[in-house]
Amino acid sequence: MDASYITPFMTSIQNVFSTMFQLPVEIGEPRIKSDSKTTHDVSGIIGVSGEMTGTIVLSMPTSTAESIVALFTGMEMDSDSDDFADAIGELINMISGNAKAEFQRKSVSISCPSVVIGAGHRVASGSGIPCVVIPCNTDCGEVVLEVALRETVEAASTTSTAA
Amino acid sequence: MRILLIDDSKTMRNIQKSVLKQLGYTDLEEACDGQDALSKIDSFKPELCLVDWNMPVMDGLTFVKKFRESDKSTPLIMVTTEAEKSRVIEAIKAGVNNYVVKPFTPDLLSERISETLAKCSA
Repeated sequence: MDASYITPFMTSIQNVFSTMFQLPVEIGEPRIKSDSKTTHDVSGIIGVSGEMTGTIVLSMPTSTAESIVALFTGMEMDSDSDDFADAIGELINMISGNAKAEFQRKSVSISCPSVVIGAGHRVASGSGIPCVVIPCNTDCGEVVLEVALRETVEAASTTSTAA
Repeated sequence: MRILLIDDSKTMRNIQKSVLKQLGYTDLEEACDGQDALSKIDSFKPELCLVDWNMPVMDGLTFVKKFRESDKSTPLIMVTTEAEKSRVIEAIKAGVNNYVVKPFTPDLLSERISETLAKCSA
């Protein structure tokens, strides 16, 4: 996957966490993911369509998610409340929206977010789409961003024809 | 002042409510999508709307276009993750008066609200 698709997500998670609740994020070394099992128990998921296709997942352990949601909303919340899922969904929405603005000259749309909570769940991002895991350290615990993106086939062929 | 908050995220509406209450605005109504907002316009008669873009049922841009068919003057502020310049232009052409990109600080949101109200009342 082109590194220019990964860097915007690193900048974006730092920007969203620091602007919304003053939580610094230290970015670790990105790595390729080989299976569809998410890294942690709580996942916020956004679908990407248009000239890029794929999924963006924000995944974290339940205890980390509860700490982050408390900072974000100003309220302690249990992970099975609807408001908890809403907050996680809004975080991945902001992270994805900010990152996609950096995809120069590409028309990309993002879906409304979905949130899955439960140990060992899998998120299938479409066959053949490579997934890069971006580990992020915070004072609330580890969070990962899983970025599975590729240029949409029709868009890629149009671009190469035009060039 | 009556302010309508249109966003499918309750978390985001709560954040906006808290900023607005700090600014002294307490007459607030909420809608979870554009359709819900349109159904509340006649009874609530908002004097300012904060509108998200990406929402289920009816998105914010469609809401703005429909709202502007009958109301050309009530100030509308788009508050969204859509940060591309082309999107900002599209929203302004549809009739929004100002634009705030998420994430935002309370200071930025309150600055844009004051700026919009000052411009629209001039």
